[in-house]
Amino acid sequence: MPAKKLKPPPPISPRDGDVLLLVGTMKGLFLLHADRARRTYRMSGPHFPGRSVYAAAFDARAGRRRIWAAPSSMHWGAELCWSDDFGGTWTRPEAPRVRFPDASGATLKNIWQISPGLADEPDALFCGVEPSALFESRDAGESWSLNQGLWNHPHRAKWQPGGGGLCLHTVLVDPKRPGRMVVATSTGGAYRTDDGGRSWHVKNRGVRAEFMPDPYPEFGQCVHKIAQNAAQPDRLFLQNHWGLYRSDDGGDSWTDVANGVPSDFGFGLAGHPRDPDTAFVVPLHSDEFRCTPEGKLRVYRTRNAGRSWQAMTRGLPQKGALETVVRDAMAVDSLDPAGVYFGTRSGRLYASRDEGGSWRLVADGLPPIVCVKTGIAANVGSRRGAAKPKAKKRAARSRTGAPAKGRRRKRTVRRAA
Amino acid sequence: MPVVILIPGPLRPFAEGRDRVTLERTPDTVGDALAELAARYPGVRDRVVTERGEIRPHVNVFVGEDNVRDASGLATRVPRECEIAILPAVSGG
Repeated sequence: MPAKKLKPPPPISPRDGDVLLLVGTMKGLFLLHADRARRTYRMSGPHFPGRSVYAAAFDARAGRRRIWAAPSSMHWGAELCWSDDFGGTWTRPEAPRVRFPDASGATLKNIWQISPGLADEPDALFCGVEPSALFESRDAGESWSLNQGLWNHPHRAKWQPGGGGLCLHTVLVDPKRPGRMVVATSTGGAYRTDDGGRSWHVKNRGVRAEFMPDPYPEFGQCVHKIAQNAAQPDRLFLQNHWGLYRSDDGGDSWTDVANGVPSDFGFGLAGHPRDPDTAFVVPLHSDEFRCTPEGKLRVYRTRNAGRSWQAMTRGLPQKGALETVVRDAMAVDSLDPAGVYFGTRSGRLYASRDEGGSWRLVADGLPPIVCVKTGIAANVGSRRGAAKPKAKKRAARSRTGAPAKGRRRKRTVRRAA
Repeated sequence: MPVVILIPGPLRPFAEGRDRVTLERTPDTVGDALAELAARYPGVRDRVVTERGEIRPHVNVFVGEDNVRDASGLATRVPRECEIAILPAVSGG
């Protein structure tokens, strides 16, 4: 029996200032929005049903309201797509634009990170991909090029794939020092450029690698995620494959700050949008048992730059919750107080609107969540339904393969108690 | 019957919705057939083969009933009249 065609989900209809959540899963992308109070979320999805979405980003620079997403098909490969109407229609370039040049001898396996550049470079975009490499665009994604400085780094040939593959999963553009960027690859570790990507320097000093003969090698660390503070960009937190670290000098040196966490193994990590001393992690038991310790789902928060961490549990299950939060499945928004969000491999999406003090289950029953990104809606205006598809947009959808017919169904995410 | 390439559903948006494309010339090999397809519908070819020009690992291409992986890959000879089917492999998760 042939499969029924899937109806495309409706777009979301945020207003300016609403919080956006871009939730990538193993089976598609889900879009959510809520007003600044963040009590009720509306959700749309799955977009790109059946495809894994490890990377997404919202770009409001230069008057845009663009959602980037990187759906990947086991069969047909990975591609970079975008929507300018909050998921009503998606543009899929005929020829995928992020692709390795012939001379590289490499083949794109997945896109792990989409990072818009700075506000004063509104057409700059970066992608971290698998196999580990950095792509950059200077024309708002029209064309992409492989960063040759990192690709030709002498360490690259010795980088080894971790459990997720050999991926470049972290791209941090320094908002205060032009030309500075930190990236992280697993395995390989952290690398930094100070000259706009022409040269890269390894930044793993103090980060251990328990799976290597030398526990403190120059490179080869399995860095799982790095978070940067926007107000003080030299302040970095790093969740390692064993090890939780802080840097106060842009990665030149790292200090172990696993003070009071039940395990220093984990993936999920997020910094605070303003306070450089605040960060959030979700520790996991161990590399052999990648689940939350003791069946308790706990976010640990530091308010003092890692000198101590407190378990934030209000609203989170503390019994039988053997959950896994992967490297890109945790994020913060930029509101005050900051919202904190994370998704689990079991398809649960949690949100806090008080910097981790309390949590709500926002969505349940999603496919395994691999990516949570936030944004603040802009360039929409206050008009409700601004993104509703019209005839022209339906035609565009038809060009991209999604069925144009069908009643549109709005799905409201239930409000957790 | 000339050479016809059968397009799987997920790739039809890149072939003007067509489920089969009849080639204007008779190709010598499967690679030639995909090259002619790419000239008309580049979005299809880029999703069947990688940047390196290799058939993606989870895609199968059949000439008639023969998987080209079991023959000479893209160098597999193509009869004057046949169907070339592009099919996703039974993989997933």
